[in-house]
Amino acid sequence: MANLKEMMQDHILDRPNSYIGKSVPRPNAKRLLAGRGTFTDDINLPRQSHVAFLRSPYAHAEIVKIDVTSAEASPGVIKIMTGQEMAKICTPWVGVLSHLEGIKSAPQHALAIGKACWQGEPVVAVVAKTRSQAEDAIDLIQVEWNELDVVVDMERALDSDIPVIHDELGDNLTWQRNVDCGDVDAAFKNADHVIEETYISNRHTGVCLETRVIVADYNPGEEQLTVYLSTQCPHMMQNLFAKHLGLEEHKVRIICKDVGGSFGVKVHSYPDEYATAALAYCLKRPVKFTADRLESFTSDIHARDHRINTKIAVSNEGEIQAFEIDDLTGIGPYSVYPRTSGIEVNQVVNLTGGQYKNRNYRAQARVVLQNKSPMCQYRAVGHPVLTLITEGMVDDAARRIGMDPLEIRRKNLIPDDSYPCTAPTGLPFEKLSHHACLEKLAKMLDYDALQKDKREARENGIYRGIGVATFIEVTNPGATFYGIGGAAISAQDGATLRLDAKGNLIVEISVTEQGQGAEAVVAQCAATAMGISLDKVRVITGDTDVTPYGGGTWASRAAAIGGEATVQAGKALKKNIIEVAGIMLQADPATLDIYNNNVVDKSNNTERISLEEVGRICYYRPDTLPKDYQSELVVTRHYVPKQFPFAFTNGVQGCYVEVDTNTGFVKFKKYVVVEDCGTVINPQLVDEQIRGGVIQGLGGALYEECLYNSEGQFLNGTMADYLVPMAVEMPDIEVGHVETPTLESELGAKGAGEAGTGGAPAVIMNAINDALSPLGGKVTRQPFTPERILMAIGKIT
Amino acid sequence: MKPAAFNYKKPSTLTGVLELLRESGEDSNILAGGQSLMPTLNMRLSAPSLLIDINGVDELFGISVTDNTVRIGSMTRHAELEKSSVISEHIPLINAAMPYIAHPAIRNRGTIGGSLALADPAAELPACLCALRGFVEMTSTSATRKVEAKDFFRALYETDLKANEIITAIEIPRYDQNYFSFIDELSRRHGDYAMCGLAFHAKIEEKIISDAQIVFFAVEAKPIIAVTAMRELEGAKISDVSLEVLQGAVGNDLDPFGDLHASATLKLHYAKELIKRAITSGITSG
Amino acid sequence: MDNIEQIKINTVVNGEKVEAFVEPRLSLVDFLRNELELTGSHVGCEHGVCGACSIQVDGSVVRGCLMLASQADGADVISIEGASDAGIVADLQKAFHERNALQCGFCTPGMLLTSSELLDQKKNPTRAEIREYLSGNYCRCTGYEAIIDAVETVAIDRAGSSHNGKS
Repeated sequence: MANLKEMMQDHILDRPNSYIGKSVPRPNAKRLLAGRGTFTDDINLPRQSHVAFLRSPYAHAEIVKIDVTSAEASPGVIKIMTGQEMAKICTPWVGVLSHLEGIKSAPQHALAIGKACWQGEPVVAVVAKTRSQAEDAIDLIQVEWNELDVVVDMERALDSDIPVIHDELGDNLTWQRNVDCGDVDAAFKNADHVIEETYISNRHTGVCLETRVIVADYNPGEEQLTVYLSTQCPHMMQNLFAKHLGLEEHKVRIICKDVGGSFGVKVHSYPDEYATAALAYCLKRPVKFTADRLESFTSDIHARDHRINTKIAVSNEGEIQAFEIDDLTGIGPYSVYPRTSGIEVNQVVNLTGGQYKNRNYRAQARVVLQNKSPMCQYRAVGHPVLTLITEGMVDDAARRIGMDPLEIRRKNLIPDDSYPCTAPTGLPFEKLSHHACLEKLAKMLDYDALQKDKREARENGIYRGIGVATFIEVTNPGATFYGIGGAAISAQDGATLRLDAKGNLIVEISVTEQGQGAEAVVAQCAATAMGISLDKVRVITGDTDVTPYGGGTWASRAAAIGGEATVQAGKALKKNIIEVAGIMLQADPATLDIYNNNVVDKSNNTERISLEEVGRICYYRPDTLPKDYQSELVVTRHYVPKQFPFAFTNGVQGCYVEVDTNTGFVKFKKYVVVEDCGTVINPQLVDEQIRGGVIQGLGGALYEECLYNSEGQFLNGTMADYLVPMAVEMPDIEVGHVETPTLESELGAKGAGEAGTGGAPAVIMNAINDALSPLGGKVTRQPFTPERILMAIGKIT
Repeated sequence: MKPAAFNYKKPSTLTGVLELLRESGEDSNILAGGQSLMPTLNMRLSAPSLLIDINGVDELFGISVTDNTVRIGSMTRHAELEKSSVISEHIPLINAAMPYIAHPAIRNRGTIGGSLALADPAAELPACLCALRGFVEMTSTSATRKVEAKDFFRALYETDLKANEIITAIEIPRYDQNYFSFIDELSRRHGDYAMCGLAFHAKIEEKIISDAQIVFFAVEAKPIIAVTAMRELEGAKISDVSLEVLQGAVGNDLDPFGDLHASATLKLHYAKELIKRAITSGITSG
Repeated sequence: MDNIEQIKINTVVNGEKVEAFVEPRLSLVDFLRNELELTGSHVGCEHGVCGACSIQVDGSVVRGCLMLASQADGADVISIEGASDAGIVADLQKAFHERNALQCGFCTPGMLLTSSELLDQKKNPTRAEIREYLSGNYCRCTGYEAIIDAVETVAIDRAGSSHNGKS
């Protein structure tokens, strides 16, 4: 085993001229700024046709008869397909995973067969020369519907008088999970205080500014399906299209160009996307589907629809003694494929209260079917819900015993020096930094000054509140997240590094760029590991024919997992280069290094031979190298975390708000986030992930809600009616860091993409409730609208 | 989300527009700024066979002042009203309304005539025009007529405009310097349609209120002139106005409907809040 | 519908004369994207809310989804490609790049054109004024702050004067 000194000499964080920790602007942003990106809808192929879908206008209805006679005669129409015909080309799927014990769902088809189960489910596909013509033809299709009773209210989904959506399942209960840790009953029995509360997390959706888009083409000569797709996971989609269209996997190529926002929306497979690929296969010509905004609202996944009853036990001294939760969540009519719709609630069960020392924890979770749009994983999966309830409960406890919110957290958070340890549910924590983050937050907020300001304002009838919310966040999942349950979702990612003949570095990597900066971060890792400058690096992502096999971008994994694969590939390639340079220079490779695009003398960084010259000799003049020696200027390395199922990150958010008690409007006065994502590769990109994530979380907390009426009709499915955060109302956010690298990887990075979103709803709720507390009011139902705030304080009834 | 097919004509004269309108009748739509019409076409909520684009009719554009009135061509865009010194000098209420109307790109294109013709119950300009007791001028091939704003707005998205007419201009009386203008609204986000809004216009001379016009929007199907509240203010000294009584009067005047973003109760609560703000602002403005 | 007459338009797009026959129902942004293959203007909602399709017509920024291609007859149209190539937004692009005021980049062309219009109209906007002017342009990634920072930076640079930063 190498000694520590040797290890450190080669350690990625100890490189001269390192890019790790530097705010380097993203090279690929320039094309986007010039309007010269390539989003999938920008791609038009020769002989391309367009598909549009007749979608169910009803939440639950039998399809009695479909008459397409007039539609077929409509100008430009190429093909009209219904469910039965589609099923001959594309097989159905069931969204279950074996490690979610007992989860069940019904077979789902690309186009509905027999009945439609939510408003917006695709029923008939019309392919025409233009999108307009396809829509014209849809207007001419006659469908005879027989409306069925609907399951809308999740609270009633399991009642005996409510219809079962899929008869073969027997009931509308998709999954349930119970955990019981420690001695919860005894803790509540002996507690000084028990506080119960019900929280409502509202159903909302991702609203990527670029809707879902797919352009599929089938070349019968090559038997090759090529799919341009706005996605987060090209290889997963390659597997799924091949599997359900009956193609060989290597005959399916997924190309993912620029993606206009994804946030988890584009990590799932969708019926209309299978249908588009199937139609291209069937028609042997390119077919494009660009979801319009209205169909995005009803066909993109929704998320976070939960009702949670909670109970916390706390002593007079502020010791948290038990948490108990009962989570009910309605996921629409199908568990979404292939990740299932059980993961969100699973996170809630796994992690509620997980940042605290308390060991007494009980959770019951039930996942029910209903006739609304399918629900599945969306940015920060489960965390906004579990952080909302955890930190809501802790604030309740603090208020009850009259303890300062920071103080109760100081008292109960797992001490920074007690790692490794586990959550009550058994999930292992490698090392977290709750207390360091909390103290840093207190300083950045200027907590005592805010308390003073708040008191003074109240004397003048102005209601201000401070909110604090600590959180833990799952990032860098290994194979136990999906692969273990039978999903063909790679936990591993790979990077191929190639030195070209001019000394430039080409990186092909399986993680994908969604705008978060994955390509920039990968370039930084490659440049640092190799000792070359960033301008020499080109990163290629998003093509299953080109990059190594891997999982893509989700669960805050691209930078940390892709980055580590890059680092390891970079080190291996560097070793190869130094080896061949040693031959060229007749020098001991151990005396050489690479620095500033040159092979240098390790002792003093003086140039020995440039990488360009190494490339030239290896490619053009290998005859000058020994006959028994072959240089290798291409290296691939993969990485997957194995020691821990996840790299947990942690942090704390704090904000200061003013609530107008006449209008119920909330105004931000200050917003601070301190988070620990391990090694920070690019501080600016991390900060912007935090900021963007917070605002997305605030969207769910303050504005966003998918509203349905009792017939299961989506009421606010336009951009004008479904409100997302806009520039005027949103705060500036200060971001601070504590760095606790994971020791599992050399890079030490953990994910940062979701921490902002996960903590935001809790912190704004706690701030509002702090402001309202002198008036005896409290909000626990998202979104925290002016109306709900006024009702909470009795201004309106 | 593409519109159903339609034909398109762009006459360059008012006569040309009116002739086309007469020929096509209810099968056609007038395309003014298009900021509300185009979404409904894109969503296929309406499918006219002909769009008559009036953006080429020069005589519908522009602002002019006479001794007694300010005349605004129906195709005058919000952005022009926003920047017009004539408007800010003579009709400050309209000027003050502008920042509330959606966003800059919408104001660059949207027109006052289009806004009035649509008669969205949550829109600012219909309420402002009522508060200013302005007139809507409508023209057909056979006649031109003027209707006072309060009579122009009839019901939800329903106006006095006939199928063979277009709005050609808006005329607003000039008021003296003692008039006080106030507009405010409560919306979820800046630029959104209001949950409740108030356009307020009154003479305040020596702190005595007269000729008050109180018009609420986004509360009922059309702009609501709060007559009881207006009576309460007539002749009152502004600093002595009992807010409680005034708010009670507002409560009598309004019968709000709830929508996605605000219940009827909330709208009424906000109406009372807004009238308070109007009086407070009137006091501070001297 | 039968008997739809194509409309002949003559327009100038990014300084180039364009003559075309268009379907009356074709929106200006679809015309730019699909007929002229200028794909920098993006379609985000097609009902005038999100601002991703913002383009400049006769000097004013408008929603490309709320104007018909036929209405561009006789107009001077500038899309992000033209603004970019002409250097009109070069300082904004640089500031956006350095401040990472874009993530996915889908809203960015609209943000740049709208910011450019603001700075043409107002030399020294406050942060609140920048936020207000950009409030019709949705960004789902950045949370807006970086965009506001970038625009503020350019405003200060253009004014060549000092400014009190965030407040």
